[in-house]
Amino acid sequence: MAKLYLELIRMRFLSMLAYRVNYYSGVVIYGINIGAYYFLWGAIYGENGELGGLTVAQMTAYVAIAWMSRAFYFNNIDREIAEDVREGKVAIEMIRPYNYLAVKTVQAFGEGIFRLLFFAAPGIFLISLLIPFRFPATLNNWGLYLCSLVLAFLINTQINLLTGLLTFFLFRNDGIIWAKRVIVDLFSGLVLPISFFPGWAQTAMGFLPFQAINYYPSLIFTGAISSGRSWELIGLQVIWVLILLVPITLLWKRARNRLVVQGG
Amino acid sequence: MQPQQDAMHVIRIFARYMGQYFKTRFAYRTDFLSDLFSNLVSEMMNLVFILVVFQHVPFMNGWSRDEIIFIYGFFLVPYALYSMFFDFWDFNERYIIRGEMDRILTRPIHNLAQIVLESLSPDRIFGVITGLLIMGYAAVRLDLEIAWYDPLVFLVLAVSATLIYGGVYTAVAAISFFSDSKTGISPMIYNIQQYGRYPVDVYNHVIRFVLTYILPFAFVGVYPAAYFLRKETWYTYAALTPVMGVIFFSLGVLIWNWGVKKYRGAGS
Repeated sequence: MAKLYLELIRMRFLSMLAYRVNYYSGVVIYGINIGAYYFLWGAIYGENGELGGLTVAQMTAYVAIAWMSRAFYFNNIDREIAEDVREGKVAIEMIRPYNYLAVKTVQAFGEGIFRLLFFAAPGIFLISLLIPFRFPATLNNWGLYLCSLVLAFLINTQINLLTGLLTFFLFRNDGIIWAKRVIVDLFSGLVLPISFFPGWAQTAMGFLPFQAINYYPSLIFTGAISSGRSWELIGLQVIWVLILLVPITLLWKRARNRLVVQGG
Repeated sequence: MQPQQDAMHVIRIFARYMGQYFKTRFAYRTDFLSDLFSNLVSEMMNLVFILVVFQHVPFMNGWSRDEIIFIYGFFLVPYALYSMFFDFWDFNERYIIRGEMDRILTRPIHNLAQIVLESLSPDRIFGVITGLLIMGYAAVRLDLEIAWYDPLVFLVLAVSATLIYGGVYTAVAAISFFSDSKTGISPMIYNIQQYGRYPVDVYNHVIRFVLTYILPFAFVGVYPAAYFLRKETWYTYAALTPVMGVIFFSLGVLIWNWGVKKYRGAGS
């Protein structure tokens, strides 16, 4: 079984290599976004030395690392699942001797590894030449960051699985997929560090899994927190992974019983 | 056919398509509602960004919170209008890869009009309403003076801005006629478009130049909105909006027609 999944990761990795146009446009899009927020934050800071506990230099570094983390955890498997359901392919997938959701997850992982190696790593190196940037000082901190990043990937993928599974019940859910993407981008701390939000909002977001997707790994990367606190955050991420397994299992069970293939 | 009759003909077809559209939408009511809801959520998220940021600073490069909110509200109106008529996001896949374009070419009305008809989404009118509400909120807080002709000016500016979007995305969709593979260019343009929501003087001059003359998204947000905010430095640009609208929409249609001539068919 492990061999099958490894092969699936490899295949997705290779197919990412084959679709090079997507790769180039992806690079440009991340460049555009990081650039936009770089200027926006510059204007927002203006004369202010520090906002929300971050200096302007820390903020630009935060924006850069947040987008680079996103390159790894981001995937479109919700859209892929929706398409499989709508086109009826999911019926074939279900009779195959593997777990459909696990397949989607490892495919997303293959995609993530591709973007981490060919995209985020060179990207962050380039950025570090352009703006003042500090990498984690110790090997230990690097390890913590990578640990947290993998968990972030798992949580984001779980949320995508959930959104994708909704297609079984709603038939068309492009709107929800899009809204989910915007919500995750905002509440994960990608465009705004969570520390910028007012206190009551921060409390509310503590009950949601989104900040575990980006804010936690980014905090660990910047070295703004002790390694004890880093372990705490990683622990929280693990808890979220476990919690999210529950609705996925339930929805998947129900989805299999009520699959309606539209003209598949 | 006489040109006048021709126009009437298109309008009648338009009405028919609208009818069909609502029938299909109401067949899947949850989907319809969830689309409305998700659009609203995406529109609100950007507002949240502005609100949170301005809890920490009073001004952004000299622009106040309510001014930025006003610009965002204005931006939503042409954005919703454009996505009502020119939503060519999946044009490549829907028409080129699947060979549907061949069917379009056999239809009696102009091919672009036919495609606009098929991708109409009248429910985006709610986006216009959201935009107007946000603008209204900001206008009241800013105590903006509104002259009797301002609604008219607004209409002209909003329609011109929509034409800019329409032109740019028509041109982007037309690229599919020349290259039959996915180019990934529309997500790219979409991301650049996000820059138009904020005052352009925030960015460096290269980006400002691009947003003014190459992909003139600044004319969809900050320039026309500056007129209502009575920012006189930007009046010339605000006045240029209709000109840019006509130029870019014509360019879009020209590129489209040229593309259709080059089109050889790709489907099976």
